[in-house]
Order: sequence, then structure tokens, then C-alpha cells
Amino acid sequence: MNTTQAQAGGIAPAAAQAPLRAHAAAAAAPAVQAAHVRESRPHYHFKPINVGRWLIWSLYALVLFVVPLLWTSSFAQTMLSQMGIAIIVCLAYNILLGQGGMLSFGAAVYSGLGSFLAIHTLNMVSAGTLALPVSLVPMVGGLAGLFFAAVLGYVTTKKSGTTFAMITLGIGELVWSMSLMIPEFFGGEGGISGNRVVGKPVLGISFGPQIQVYYLIAIYCFISTALMYALTRTPLGRILNAVRDNPERVEFIGYSTQHVRYLAFMISGFFAGISGGLGALNFEIVTAEVVGAARSGAYLLFVFLGGATFFFGPIIGAVLMVIALVLLSELTKAWLLYLGIVFLFMVMYAPGGIASLIMMNLRLAAFGKLRRVWTSYLALGGSALVALAGAAAMIEMVYHLQLNSALGPEMKFLGATLNTKGLDSWFGAGFVLAVGALMFELTRRSFAHEWGTIQEEIEKEIKRREAL
Amino acid sequence: MSTAAYAVELRDVRKSFGKTEIIRGANLAVKPGERVAIIGPNGAGKSTLFNLISGRFGATSGDILLNGEKIDGLTPYQINRRGLSRSFQVSNLFVRLSVFENLRCAVLWSQGYRYSFWKFLANARDANDRAEEVLAMIKLERRRDHLAMNLTYAEQRALEIGITIAGGSSVILLDEPTAGMSKSETKRFIQLIREVTAGKTLLTVEHDMGVVFGLADKIAVLVYGEVIAFDVPDAVRANPRVQEAYLGSVLADQQAAGH
Repeated sequence: MNTTQAQAGGIAPAAAQAPLRAHAAAAAAPAVQAAHVRESRPHYHFKPINVGRWLIWSLYALVLFVVPLLWTSSFAQTMLSQMGIAIIVCLAYNILLGQGGMLSFGAAVYSGLGSFLAIHTLNMVSAGTLALPVSLVPMVGGLAGLFFAAVLGYVTTKKSGTTFAMITLGIGELVWSMSLMIPEFFGGEGGISGNRVVGKPVLGISFGPQIQVYYLIAIYCFISTALMYALTRTPLGRILNAVRDNPERVEFIGYSTQHVRYLAFMISGFFAGISGGLGALNFEIVTAEVVGAARSGAYLLFVFLGGATFFFGPIIGAVLMVIALVLLSELTKAWLLYLGIVFLFMVMYAPGGIASLIMMNLRLAAFGKLRRVWTSYLALGGSALVALAGAAAMIEMVYHLQLNSALGPEMKFLGATLNTKGLDSWFGAGFVLAVGALMFELTRRSFAHEWGTIQEEIEKEIKRREAL
Repeated sequence: MSTAAYAVELRDVRKSFGKTEIIRGANLAVKPGERVAIIGPNGAGKSTLFNLISGRFGATSGDILLNGEKIDGLTPYQINRRGLSRSFQVSNLFVRLSVFENLRCAVLWSQGYRYSFWKFLANARDANDRAEEVLAMIKLERRRDHLAMNLTYAEQRALEIGITIAGGSSVILLDEPTAGMSKSETKRFIQLIREVTAGKTLLTVEHDMGVVFGLADKIAVLVYGEVIAFDVPDAVRANPRVQEAYLGSVLADQQAAGH
């Protein structure tokens, strides 16, 4: 690819012909008609039909459509609905974090206020004071998110970096405390509840059954994802990346970083609000915690886990978020602690998140070197699981001692019976953890070496191809 | 566009940081199309002067005019939109974007795309063509899709220049464009600068006297925040005040350093 580009560049721009005679000579005939060639030169980004892109988006739509047909339990439908909602809000948050380099600690403000406006709107629709199809209630949430982002963001986006983060934190706390002060709007402890089944079904759709709500969410999710992806392909989207990389320089190429941040903030607020509105429809109740710092923290954490540097990273993060919040919290009381550990290791060993791990391995696969590392992956995964089992046994024993000591000292863990007051159980768990950790570290070292060698080989391969 | 007699004009410009006055009444008038090198000892205020002209800092007093229009007090982006563009001493790139994207970002405003989020970049043909053109001018076609952070030092310096000129500004400020380059690289680089700034008004801060005499039509000597001489190279070289204040010591330094 690179060689063809070099040649295309060599024959095209009139201003640079003289220094590029060497290239032009290789394509002497077209060089004569340089001006003409430039006109008809196919553009790098211009492809009549981008097959790969169509495939991926069709696949995405297909997955959204088919998954609830495969997992038909009501539990699955609940989970999937929440995932759709989470995908929108995580992608919206990543407009700030991944694309604009804006670390917001108050992301839940905009989705949360969107939720409240949406549930109030829904109640007005139920009461008959407002004629609006229920399917458009999330749009009200979106407009609310946009409105509050426009108002609050005007203050926030005047600053960048740490100051920006601090202001978002402050505004988050402000809105949270408002939720306690104005129970008429936020509903106090009990929250605001609503009923999404309003009036007669239209075309058989009443939004009573969960599956109908899921498909509404899926449609919103698909369109929002497409629009947010499209944003990354526009001048504003690209300048937003430039602001992330080097805000100072952006000011010297004609752009006001503040305007760029402000616009991105509003767009992010709009999509977050849509997500909030869908949440209001889905749960039919909105409590003050949707604007809380814990919710904002969860968005940040899972967007980071999924991978903020790639567009699709937050989608992975959103799916994980729902799995963690719904499944993991059922499984163990210590789920937040496990989450913390996973987050810690992710930041230490894979700061680009899961998306970056995927992309790195795709690169390996593209150069046909993936099979050299998959045994290492098995060893790493195996030893990590052993270490995790040891650590988890100890964590669960602590929780058992603290919370369930009335049930006696014995507890079940992975099929084994542990005596939480016995030295052998603690020693055993500690031993498993130590062995696992040691094995992990040893495999990690040899893996890191192998990884480095492979990367060097790939670099050489790239150089070789370029030289062709 | 430039009906004004001067492309850049400084009138008694002063700048203080706290109690320290760095620029003490600098006067300078650069005609359209002139290539001016600003020289002076370390701490003379050369970079500060660039920061004042480009709007990074506000002047404490005095007037700065671009094509006859007052620009002091304007923000950097407002000044850039009026046709002045600058480079930086330390490469100031969009490191996680490709070389091509760096250039395209630098082109967008001048091609009228503003904050558009309803048009696709892929269809922004004029911006893409201009970015490709600049890419060829700075001879980085082969690195088109590499991230800016993965370029060599010399390539980063070239991209720095590319970003600066991409928007088509008529006045170009280059802050030590060849800093940190080897002798042979410098030679090629000056040729590049000559090509890409052809027909434009050029102001450059430079330490390397070879670069200065090779590149500039006129030389401005800045000493302790004042322009003590502004003339063609030969006249500046012969100027006794300059020799006393600056050139003699620099030439001696350079000989001592084995240049």
C-alpha cells in the first residue's frame, strides 16, 4: 500500500514535482499529464463500497436483532436491554474521554437528568397532558441531556485537564445534592416511578412486554452507535482528537479548543440523555442514584476497561459493566473488590483496555504470528486463575467471617469446604495464591520477552514491505 | 490581501513577567514577502517576541499589526485565521494521529470546514487534496499513515513545518526550525524551508549563523528585548554595535565549539 501511495504522491501534486523526479520517472507517462491525473486520482478514503465496514455494521445490527431470539429467558432480556442502554452511555462518555481527552467525573449527571426528564414526560403522557408516542420519550431524555450539557458544559469546558476533571466532579456533587434538596423533581428516597404502557397498542406494540422495550433500545442503540461513529469521521471529530493530543497547537491552526470541547460535550450529553431516557422506559422508575458519583465512576471504569482508545472499546466495557453489575453482584458480596483488582491489573498491564488487547492480537494474526503466543496465553490464563482462586478463597473467608459468622465457621468455596477459623484453610489459600502468582510472573516474563521478539520481527517485516 | 505596507509591524512592544521586563520597546517592520531572521543572545527575548506576535502571550504595551490590522489582544486562533501561522521550537504535533491526519487538521479551518459535524472528512476533497499536497512538499509521502509519534526527529521537524504552512497563511513564524539537527540534515532542511515558504513573509528565530545567512533577506538583532539592528545580512555583519553586543561573541563561541 505504501509504495503505491508514494508513487501516487510522486506524480500528483504539481508543487512538489521537482524534488520527486525519481518517483515520477518510474511512472513517466502519467507524469506528463500530472494535472489530469491529479483530478482523477482515486482518493485514499474514497471507496465505492467499503465491504469491510458494511459487513461489520450488518453484523452489529444482526447481533442486536438475533441475540434475544437465542436467549429468550426474561432474565436475558433484562440483561440485554441494560446492555443496550449501557452501550449508548459508554460510547457517549468516550466522546469525552477517548476522543477528546476530557476526564469527566460527572458523566452520570447528563444521563441521569435525561432519565428524570424522560420519566416526568412519560408521566405527563400517561396523564394525557402531553401527546407524545412512548417510543419518542428517550428523545426527550436526549434533549434534556443536550440542554444540561449546554448549560453546565459552558462552565466546565472553559478549562481542560485536571481543572476540567475537578469541575465535573464538583458539578456531579452539586446535582447529587440537588437531588436531595428537590424531592418534587427527583422523588426523594423512593424516586419517580412511571408506567410505559400508555393508551392503545400501536401496530400491536404496547411496550408492555420486555422484548418490545428491548427492540426499541436496540434501534436507538444501533442508530446512536452509527451516529457517534460518524462523528469520528467529521472535521469536528478529527479536531477533537487533535485537542486530545495537543490542545495548545490546535489554537495555532485556527481552532478554539474551548469551542471544540464545548460542542463535543453537548453531543456527548445528548447521547447520554438518550441512554438515560431509555433507562427510564426500561425500569419505569428513576431514583437519585442515576446522577450519583458511583454511577459516574462506573462509566469511567468500564469505558477504561473496555478500551477508550478505540471506538468499539466502550461497547465491550458496557457489556462487561452489565455483567458485573447484574451477574457478579449476584455471585458474591465482594464483587466490588474483585472489580477493583481487575481494574488495577488492567491499568498496570494493559492500559489500552480490552480493545487494545484485541487489536494487538489481530495485528499478530495479520502477520501470522499468533500461534507462537497462544500457549503463553493459556499458561498466563491458567496461572492467573490459580492465583485468583487463592485470593478469592481468602477474600470470601474474610467476608464469611464478617457477615455470616452466625452460620458457623465452615463455608463452601468452589466445591471445597473451608474452615474460616482454621489455620490450614488460610495457609492453603495463601499457598495457592503464592504458587499462582509465582507461575504467572514467570510466564509473564518469558511471554514479555517473546512478545518483544515478535514485535521486532513485525517491524522488520513492515520495513521490508515498505522497501519493496 | 496585503495592501498594507508591512506584513508584520511591531510598535514599541513591551512585555513584562512580574517585575522583569523581557521585551523593552521592540520596533520592527517587515514588508510582505521578506525573509527575516531574528538573532540574539540567549535570553534576549526571541521566543517571547514570537509568543507575543502569535498571540500566545498578551503584550504589556505597544501595538502589533498584521497586514496593517491590530492583532494584539487577540487569541492565537483569531490571529491564525487572519493569516499568521507559527511553528515551535520543540515539535508540537498531534502525536496519536497519522502524518496525513496532522496535516489535514491543519488545513481544515482554512478550507472553511470550521466545527462541522455534518460533513464527512472523506468527502472534504479540497482539504484532502491540500493535505496530500503539503505531504508531498515536506516529502513525507512514505510516512503518510504512520503516527506522528513514530517519526524520526528530522521527520517530526518537517511535519512541524508542514502543519505550520498547511493552512496557507501568508506570514510564517518559525521558531528555531533546525534546532537539534545534524549539519547535513540542516542543509537539506533549509532548502525545504525555502521551498515551502516561497512567496510568503517569513520570520525565523535561529541560532545557527549558517542558517541565518543562507535563509534570510534581512536580519533583526534582538538584544535585551530591543531590536538594535534590522538590515540586510552584510550591513548587519558590518554593524559595529552588533559586533560589540552580539555577533563577535557568537562567532567566537562557534569557533570555540568547533563549528
